[in-house]
Amino acid sequence: MPRLNLGATLAGDYLPLILATLVVVLPLAYMVLSSFKSPADVITQKLVVFPSPLRAANYADAARTVPFPRLFLNSAVVTSIGAGIKVLLAILTAYALVFVRFPGRRYVFWAILATMMVPAQVSLVPNYVFISQLGGQDTFWGIILPGLGTGFGTFLLRQSFLTLPVSVLEAAEIDGARHWRRLWRIVVPMSAPSIATVALVNIVFEWNDYLWPLVIVSKPDMMTLPVGLTLLSNSENSAASYGVVMAGTVMVLLPVLLVFTALQRHIVTGLTQGGVKA
Amino acid sequence: MFLAFAAPNVALIVIFTYRPLILNIYYSTLNWTLGAPTAQAVGLRNYVTFFTSSEARQVLTTTAVFTVATVGLSMGLGLLVALGLNRKVPGAGFAQATVFSPFVLSGVGVGLAWQYLFDPTVGALGAILRQVGLSSPQWFNNPSLSLVMVILVYVWKNLGYAAVIYLAGLQSVSRDVLEAAAIDGANRRRTLISITLPLLSPTTFFLMVTSILNSLQAFDLIRVMTPLGRGTTTLIYDAYLQAFGGYNQAGYSATISTVLFAILVILTLIQLVLLERRVHYL
Repeated sequence: MPRLNLGATLAGDYLPLILATLVVVLPLAYMVLSSFKSPADVITQKLVVFPSPLRAANYADAARTVPFPRLFLNSAVVTSIGAGIKVLLAILTAYALVFVRFPGRRYVFWAILATMMVPAQVSLVPNYVFISQLGGQDTFWGIILPGLGTGFGTFLLRQSFLTLPVSVLEAAEIDGARHWRRLWRIVVPMSAPSIATVALVNIVFEWNDYLWPLVIVSKPDMMTLPVGLTLLSNSENSAASYGVVMAGTVMVLLPVLLVFTALQRHIVTGLTQGGVKA
Repeated sequence: MFLAFAAPNVALIVIFTYRPLILNIYYSTLNWTLGAPTAQAVGLRNYVTFFTSSEARQVLTTTAVFTVATVGLSMGLGLLVALGLNRKVPGAGFAQATVFSPFVLSGVGVGLAWQYLFDPTVGALGAILRQVGLSSPQWFNNPSLSLVMVILVYVWKNLGYAAVIYLAGLQSVSRDVLEAAAIDGANRRRTLISITLPLLSPTTFFLMVTSILNSLQAFDLIRVMTPLGRGTTTLIYDAYLQAFGGYNQAGYSATISTVLFAILVILTLIQLVLLERRVHYL
């Protein structure tokens, strides 16, 4: 019975794929569908998967409770400036660590690497005191500044720079190219994929970052999306308003999902780098 | 030249990572409210409180349960998912990306989506349970169930990370070795246990280290799904609550952070020692 056999193989091959995919997709699909639920479809003990009528006004309601357009702008500013500076710092530091001779640079590397073990939460209270004293509450620089030092990006780019062919750089040195020129003309273009990876990972991280913006911002106008989303769920805290809360949630999650879908291979390699050393 | 290139980053790291670590030790000897101009020096009293109070013991237990459960479940299930996804069929890449995707999503958004699903009265989970004649567990009122809920959602969000790393590990296991085992008459289970898993041990070790570090930092989901932290107050969350959650105990918060940092240092040292020994065939 060859056909049954084929069927069994297909089932054996595809069943795990389908199951794993469904476990992830179903809750997210339910969230998106629920963002269109009217209060009547929310307050029910029955399972309502497809809302009727579709209530798109949930999105407008969410944006009325919390200034979502402004939050988008804030998140975009914090993410682009924060991630941009981090990538720049990582490039400069990694270049110095790999190509510039300096006594004790190994120790500098270890001191930077060690910060990957220190979660941001551990420095929460001292950084909060410091930034508040400088007047950084409810400001962009107050949100961005404490997270700028980068261990992860430096580490990843150092690994990447180490693999560049020395001969090319030596040739440039003989031609009289200075460090600055060599960095931007040779090292950066040759490491573009790694730099893109570091940039993507930092963008995702900054976009989702929650704890620090939560403590340093209290004015709704200065909130980033995740912080504003908690404000929304605190304001709309009756069971009936889950539709509005889900609409807000979709607005926060969807941009990342879209970026991830477009660039998934880079993001996956970036976030899992170092896992398996060939 | 080295200084010009590296100094900005190093300065930021010194100011915002190393300086706080030292300041924490000083703050941890104070009885102090965040924002208050004065503080009272209390020596080691915060540490005595931490190591003797029953609340602190509860926090340590919760942290241990949360860490062991999330790390164990995401690695165990991650390996299973990786084994399931490890086949060369069309769509495997799509499934892999899908499984990974929750890892890049905001913990706040994921927490809210699941809060709705878990809601005992209007949530989907309760509705499904009622269809088969059961009633929904009180996820938000029962502290133990709150912890279970947060663990489940955390695993859902982070499973893909372990799965993708295991998958890369599986795909680097040499075909020759597996074929040799097949020729010797080993069945699939035997091959998995005696060959694949031991070959994966460096991956397992790496995953364990990163997963423990990540799990000890879990904040977003706990804060969004269980803001009061009843049953779900881990070290990180307690440090937050003590300073910012109305307890007004910033000194005690710094104490918790210092202890947490000490735990991280110990874990890192253990990791380095084990790495020296090169775990391979465990």
